[in-house]
Amino acid sequence: MKIKSQTDLWSGIMFIGFGLLAIWISRDFPFGTAARMGPGFFPTWIGIIMTGLGAIIALTSLKSEEDKIGKWAWRPMILMSAGFVLFGWGIDNIGFIPSVIGLCIIGAASGTQFKWKEAIPLAIGLMIGCWALFIKGLELPFPLFWWR
Amino acid sequence: MDFSNLFDNLALGFQTAVSLQNLMYCFIGVFVGTLVGVLPGIGPLAAIAMLLPATFNLPPVGALIMLAGIYYGTQYGGSTTAILVNLPGESASVVTCMDGHQMAKNGRAGPALAIAAVGSFFAGTVGTILIAVAGPPLAEVALKFGAPEYFSLMTMGLIASAVLASGSMLKAIAMIFLGLIFGIVGTDVNSGMSRFTFGASGLADGLSFVVVAMGLFGFGEILSNLEKGEEASSRELLNAELTHLYPTLQDIKLSTGAIVRGTAIGAFFGTLPGAGPTISAFSSYALEKKVAKNPQEFGKGAIQGVAGPESANNAAAQCAFIPTLTLGIPGSGTMALMLGALTIQGIAPGPQVMTQRPELFWGLIASMWIGNAMLVLLNLPLVGLWVKLLRVPYRLLFPAILTFMAIGVYSVNNLNLDIYLTVFFGLMGYIFLKLKCEPAPLILAFVLGPLMEENLRRALLISRGDPMVFFTRPISATFLVLTILLLIVIALPAVRKKREVAYQEPPAA
Repeated sequence: MKIKSQTDLWSGIMFIGFGLLAIWISRDFPFGTAARMGPGFFPTWIGIIMTGLGAIIALTSLKSEEDKIGKWAWRPMILMSAGFVLFGWGIDNIGFIPSVIGLCIIGAASGTQFKWKEAIPLAIGLMIGCWALFIKGLELPFPLFWWR
Repeated sequence: MDFSNLFDNLALGFQTAVSLQNLMYCFIGVFVGTLVGVLPGIGPLAAIAMLLPATFNLPPVGALIMLAGIYYGTQYGGSTTAILVNLPGESASVVTCMDGHQMAKNGRAGPALAIAAVGSFFAGTVGTILIAVAGPPLAEVALKFGAPEYFSLMTMGLIASAVLASGSMLKAIAMIFLGLIFGIVGTDVNSGMSRFTFGASGLADGLSFVVVAMGLFGFGEILSNLEKGEEASSRELLNAELTHLYPTLQDIKLSTGAIVRGTAIGAFFGTLPGAGPTISAFSSYALEKKVAKNPQEFGKGAIQGVAGPESANNAAAQCAFIPTLTLGIPGSGTMALMLGALTIQGIAPGPQVMTQRPELFWGLIASMWIGNAMLVLLNLPLVGLWVKLLRVPYRLLFPAILTFMAIGVYSVNNLNLDIYLTVFFGLMGYIFLKLKCEPAPLILAFVLGPLMEENLRRALLISRGDPMVFFTRPISATFLVLTILLLIVIALPAVRKKREVAYQEPPAA
């Protein structure tokens, strides 16, 4: 037994995982009968089918063509997520303008060719553009800074 | 068919659409759409999701006109980049790259762009007429649909989207089920129970469509682009001057047939729920190569290879509005967003829209035609501007896209949770791409999930739990038989091979 397709194996495992999770959570909901479906009926069945499909997909990984997943882009995964989380927290706590600048700079840093000399003017330009478009133009009611 | 009625309706539509305000919305939509479509890495779906908040304050007709403009603007912008830099702005223009870019290399970028524009305009016109003619009778049929018919129709649409997606079909079907689960997150309308909300009150109304779309198609795509390196996303431009725009007589002769055939293919696939512009463009290219007298020219700059697929993808883009507007069932993720916009404007989508809000329905149709005309007028003279835009390197572009995405997501509900969920779906989207799981069926299932559950529940309630109800009602049975046929046909070894070949990436030129 040799795994040929890593992508198939891991997608299978992913679907089994989501399927089991759906079944597990749905056990708290009344199942009902076919004629009177309860809130648990639909998700439980979906979970069961998804788990089954996942198992088949995982099994096909033994037969299908060789396929490696390859390297993951860890740096942008972490930095882009961090930038977004900062923005989500920031827009309520430190205001629109600092959040936009923060997201733009952290976002730019997730690329491989990051240069402060480019990122700062970009962030400032973007901030002005966003302010003009969203705050002035579309009148979205976001606080600009933490003091207002 | 009552044609005088049709003209009355179209007159009402044009009356609505040519008001100064609506013309302006149409223009803005088309312009911004093309702008975003030209930028690599943002497809129509992400573009509309990003610009959706900008339409919240508009009146419903204006908002819809603008969104429709953005939609076909992005389709169009995608082909411009495909021809000029061999970089498809979105998946439907992958085919255009093959011959369009070769033409540009041979110094014939002008005719390629012009033929693409003319083909798209012709297809758009036919599409508009088709919607106007087929819409009302279809809506009438749809009003007679009961729960079993709706359930079976949606099943057919979802399976079609999986069959027509690229990559493994099993995985695509599994993605449908995953999408259905994401779709039922929130409060169950029947029992009032919170499902899959993990105790978060922000999820009581379910996951926001914008969040899922932006995560999967915006955030996830950027991650995938960064993995390949910024250089891969910004390629060398052709320095050739765009001197002569006009195609030769020979070009026109060769393209006419291709445009007509492409339009027919696009109209067919566009109307089918679940299919769309991409598959239409691929099919049209394959057909043109078969019927051409000069098949050896294909891949080296055959003009039919541009004319056919471009017409097909535009016809499909237009006709995708048919199931969306008449049945209230979106055929693609993008159409789901349009329906979402309707709902936000307080209009329940479905066959009743046509009778209750005729000015909205017909105004939208008329504006589509006007928008298509604007695209032709706008694009050819502005090609120079789009080329300049393409010179912006990706490393400067993606932080800007990220920022727009974040603001866009937040402004829908003013919820921080939405931003965090976008990160979740973004990472999921990247994982899906790495595992070669096509996300398009998931997003369609996500939208249809609550509808499917509700119609399944109602159907089984009527039949007292007997699942045979889906087969004893003739219309419902037809949909299911078609679905099964589709699955059988695609499982045939010969077709399977063809399907794999059709989705092979074009050779990098």
